[in-house]
Amino acid sequence: MSAPPYITGNTTVSALMFKVLLALVPGIVAYAWLFGSGILITLALASVTALASEALMLRLRRRPIMPFLSDNSALVTAWLLALALPPLAPWWLVVVGTMFAIVVAKQLYGGLGYNPFNPAMIGYAVLLISFPVIMTQWPAPLELAQARLSFADQLAYIFGRVLPAGVQLDAISTATPLDYLKTQLKLDHAMTDIVSAPVFGAFGAKGSEIVAGAYLLGGLYLIQQRIITWHIPVALLGGLAAISGLFYVIDPQHHASPMFHLLGGAAMLGAFFIATDPVSGPTTPRGKLIFAASIGVLTWVIRSYGGYPDGVAFAVLLMNLCVPLIDAYTQPRVFGHGKS
Amino acid sequence: MISRLFKFSGGVHPPEHKLESTGQPIQVLPVSGTLVLPLRQHVGNLPKILVQPGDHVLKGQLLAEAVGAISAAVHAPTSGTIVSIEDQSIPHPSGLPDVSITLNPDGENRWMPLNPTDWRQRDRAEMISSLRVSGIVGMGGAAFPTQIKLRPGGGSGIKTLIINGAECEPYITCDDMLMRERADEIVRGIEIAHYLLGPEKCIVGIEDNKPEAERAMREACARSAVKIDVAVVPTLYPSGDARRLTALLTGIEVPSDKRSSDVGIQVFNVATMTAVYRYFSLGETVVSRIVTVTGNVARPGNFEVPLGTPMTALLEAAGGELPNTNGLIMGGPMMGFSLPSMQVPVIKATNCIIASAPRLFPAPPPVLPCIRCARCADACPVSLQPQELYWFAKSQNLDKAREYKLFDCIECGCCSYVCPSNIPLVQYYRFAKSEIIAQDKAKEAANLARERNEFRLERIEREKQERAAKHAQRAAGAKAESADADADAAKKAAIAAAMERAKAQKAEVQPKNTEDLSDAAKAEVAAIDVRRAEATAAEPEAANVVKEKQENG
Repeated sequence: MSAPPYITGNTTVSALMFKVLLALVPGIVAYAWLFGSGILITLALASVTALASEALMLRLRRRPIMPFLSDNSALVTAWLLALALPPLAPWWLVVVGTMFAIVVAKQLYGGLGYNPFNPAMIGYAVLLISFPVIMTQWPAPLELAQARLSFADQLAYIFGRVLPAGVQLDAISTATPLDYLKTQLKLDHAMTDIVSAPVFGAFGAKGSEIVAGAYLLGGLYLIQQRIITWHIPVALLGGLAAISGLFYVIDPQHHASPMFHLLGGAAMLGAFFIATDPVSGPTTPRGKLIFAASIGVLTWVIRSYGGYPDGVAFAVLLMNLCVPLIDAYTQPRVFGHGKS
Repeated sequence: MISRLFKFSGGVHPPEHKLESTGQPIQVLPVSGTLVLPLRQHVGNLPKILVQPGDHVLKGQLLAEAVGAISAAVHAPTSGTIVSIEDQSIPHPSGLPDVSITLNPDGENRWMPLNPTDWRQRDRAEMISSLRVSGIVGMGGAAFPTQIKLRPGGGSGIKTLIINGAECEPYITCDDMLMRERADEIVRGIEIAHYLLGPEKCIVGIEDNKPEAERAMREACARSAVKIDVAVVPTLYPSGDARRLTALLTGIEVPSDKRSSDVGIQVFNVATMTAVYRYFSLGETVVSRIVTVTGNVARPGNFEVPLGTPMTALLEAAGGELPNTNGLIMGGPMMGFSLPSMQVPVIKATNCIIASAPRLFPAPPPVLPCIRCARCADACPVSLQPQELYWFAKSQNLDKAREYKLFDCIECGCCSYVCPSNIPLVQYYRFAKSEIIAQDKAKEAANLARERNEFRLERIEREKQERAAKHAQRAAGAKAESADADADAAKKAAIAAAMERAKAQKAEVQPKNTEDLSDAAKAEVAAIDVRRAEATAAEPEAANVVKEKQENG
């Protein structure tokens, strides 16, 4: 018997993180269904690397290994990074990215709870900057691919970069819709022509719009389970929709529709799973709104004017920088102090 | 009827565990064995002892009288002989023994002559002053002397009288059972409080998990000549906290730096109202109270026991503790504290005793780092940012902690309850609060020392000048030259010696930015340093005093 309160609720970090993993499952299923089972290999590879790096670092830092390894936070980082990578990325890319995320972005800053930046996004940014070609080489949705790779073929490609005889890289890969959009707009093509290209679906990108829908589903589960609050997803998607909507209304020929922005790229994943990382995000309700709305706007800016096709990762990292400031200026009114 | 309830943000829903102890009616326990009556049963000054060992006293007789404005009297819970007056183990979070009167009952349980009065005929001011000898304190557990809160009407400015029957902590059911069984006594007490304070309205607040109590109170209130509303509030810990209940019932947030009476509101616990009724209508002083005995015992229930009864007797009445009992908690599981032993006596603040066991209160899982999930902030009924306060407390960034309103924390435990990392947040806040208070005290002491020293230096300077004047007068008579030269040489030697000393001192202590100062200034600095060292040495003691005060408060 130590000190009050003598009872605690039944929430643990491990359970919170597990529910985040659970909420990712619908998205993963849709992903595997639409883009091939290769993503499962990437996920497994990232998971193993994350756990191994975490254990190694905890050992080097002389911290207890089991309580931290079982908190599931390394797995969340691994899965988020894996889902952000091209599904047929070479094994070493996955390993390098995950290791960087866990070793540098998380453990070197002090481990669970101490990382100022979202580890998965640090891993992603490092890979994107270092290996831009591989990072933007996405497999086409199966529906569009001229050739299909079996699970064994995908395994061979991920680990050995070998394609089955007669299959060219072009047959299975394509530029991402965000990438395509950017190049086409630079070539001064009209939006109506651009979106009629086969990589575009009903609202956004073919295939990934369905995956985005599945992420939305998982995200709603997180809100229902009170793992996250509504503030960040609503403000992020709201910010993105508002600014893209504004420009779409002004000049629809040169700007993609808000729907395309919301369902394309990593917007949904970012809104519900990445920007909601509690450690690197703000804690006050107003702070969350400011933080997430800014990510939404920055994402659009980077997508529209930046050098990279998608901007979620950089937007999140930029806003991570602002978190202490945001928190400091958005303190809620304390009970009994200056009620207006 | 209350048309509208308000809300406060935060709060938690811990498992209630109230059914265990509401199965049977309140049992009145007889006096059993020796009674131990600590003088410290309330918030405020220790009362002054009026009896000596060997004295024979009657039930209800004054043993110790209130001292100063905030204090409460102690009475004999039964007739008998005073055995001793000495330090004994008492139920206090500090676990430290304190002055207690030991009473050996004579078995007759004979009341001193009681004089029941018709309070409606009495003068309000006279009634209030007589409260000083009533021994009544807040019976909800806070134990704040009631005399302070029942200032006479008109001048009181109290517009709303709130009676707290929320009883939001898990396990505790003494107020619930009191309302079910003795609603009329409570209402009589409310009528007296109403007479004294003259409020515009009276509201009884009860959580919606006590429908029987609510019904009994509604019926009793309907029989009263005074208009008393019964309001049902949603079950949400800590709605029984006075400021939270006030916000729920009136929508008024009592400002952080004010008492509720400053905004025209006074809050009393239901059991306090019973005590008020018994005192004014029957003439009975506070000699017993109702205690919930629950947790790891065979037959949990509520018992009306004489104050001073050892906890062991209470446990026995509840069928004895079950195997694996590993301690007693006084109060609820959210804000209560572990008792130092099972021998400590029941005091006025003892609303509940929980026999703890691993099955009820398992050891918490290992503590993990804060992940800033802000569940604590969502649960905080004061809208604090517990995760920020935790960082500030942990890094001893005490100024920031104060800036983030650490002292508004009511230590309700909601933050610790919801924390997925199992961080004992409340303990961090208590630590930071006591550190800040200790620092403030030390600063105050240092300021005082500085002032005293400045005064001393001034005096020395004045005396020196006076001496110099005298010397000058004397020297005026004598021949000047040689004497002056001698004096100069002596002065120079003295200065050289002082400089030597200063240099040696400088070498001893850490380098300071005093190199450019004159010797006199250096000497002053040295003197200040000595005093600073003294003040620092005195600090731990000051800190202890402060901590004690904090705990009492």
